Amino acid sequence: MNTPDRTPDQPSQEPRPESRPVDGRDRLREALSRPGSRGQVIAAGLLAVLGFAAVVQVQSNSNDEAYVGARQDELIALINSLSLASERTETEIAELLQTRSSLRNDTEARRTVLEQARQQADELGILGGTLPAVGPGIRVTVRDPSGGVGSNHLINGIQELRDAGAEVIELNDTVRVVAQTALRDTASGGVLVDGEQIEAPYVIEAIGAPHDLETALGFSRGFTDEVEGVGGRVRIEQLDSVEVATVREVFSPEYAEPVPTE
Amino acid sequence: MIAGLGLLLGVLLGLVLQPTVPIWLQPYLPIAVVAALDAVFGALRAFLDGIFDDKVFVVSFVSNVLIAALIVYLGDQLGVGGQLSTGVIVVLGIRIFSNVAAIRRHLFHA
Repeated sequence: MNTPDRTPDQPSQEPRPESRPVDGRDRLREALSRPGSRGQVIAAGLLAVLGFAAVVQVQSNSNDEAYVGARQDELIALINSLSLASERTETEIAELLQTRSSLRNDTEARRTVLEQARQQADELGILGGTLPAVGPGIRVTVRDPSGGVGSNHLINGIQELRDAGAEVIELNDTVRVVAQTALRDTASGGVLVDGEQIEAPYVIEAIGAPHDLETALGFSRGFTDEVEGVGGRVRIEQLDSVEVATVREVFSPEYAEPVPTE
Repeated sequence: MIAGLGLLLGVLLGLVLQPTVPIWLQPYLPIAVVAALDAVFGALRAFLDGIFDDKVFVVSFVSNVLIAALIVYLGDQLGVGGQLSTGVIVVLGIRIFSNVAAIRRHLFHA
């Protein structure tokens, strides 16, 4: 390039000896106005390479480091928008957390309700005789050698037991006594309970507070007195665990309906 | 005329193709571009001086680029790549300034 040992005859190749350029400006003007020589073509090629490389470099630079060349206010705007976005996201997170906790509460409440319903079903099942039951209670054995004990005595006894808080009552391990239970005497001397024929000795098993139950049967002119009055014998055992395995079909009322609450 | 068109063509090609710079070339390309700029301004000055020679231009262009890349490469190997790059840029920048000053004197006589 700036090697001064070249002869200065580069633009003078065209035959114009008279208006030979003496000035750099003239040379440039002439080169611009005239389609080029070999030197111009080579220069064009190298300049194309240079332009290409420069543009590529500039673009890769701006791609790689988007924030390096940014001015202060641009960076501030960028930070602002980023902090706005993060704020929005945080709000969203808070909402989602709230939704999650409310859903969790719902589940909790549902579980509680389910638990309660299950417990109630158990209680009702025990009361209604659809579930086997076990617990402390008494076993009353009524022997009837003279055949004088009838359904009215048993009804009386059952009534006394209920009065003393018996929760589950069973007769002779075959009949569960429930709200619909009915007893009547049969001609053969036994008692018909809900279609089941039972014979002496009658065994009444009741789950409840054993002492209360026994006391309830022992009142003067109560169950024990009456049975012994007709020649029967009563034996009462307090047990830590009375097992009532007999169950009833689920009773669905045909006529009665719940009164709509409201 | 044609030289200017060539420069325009190169820029357009770069804009249209948008190639990515290979990793191995990345440290050398900026230096090479500056070195080539130096060669171009030197050639313009020589042209205005009336001593332009295409062979000299080509050789100086290529050797400028190669030497600049080589210096940076050497600097990288020695662990002083950043400093050497800065040094090369400073030297080339001074040369470009002096060339541009000469060109300015030619064009504006000032």
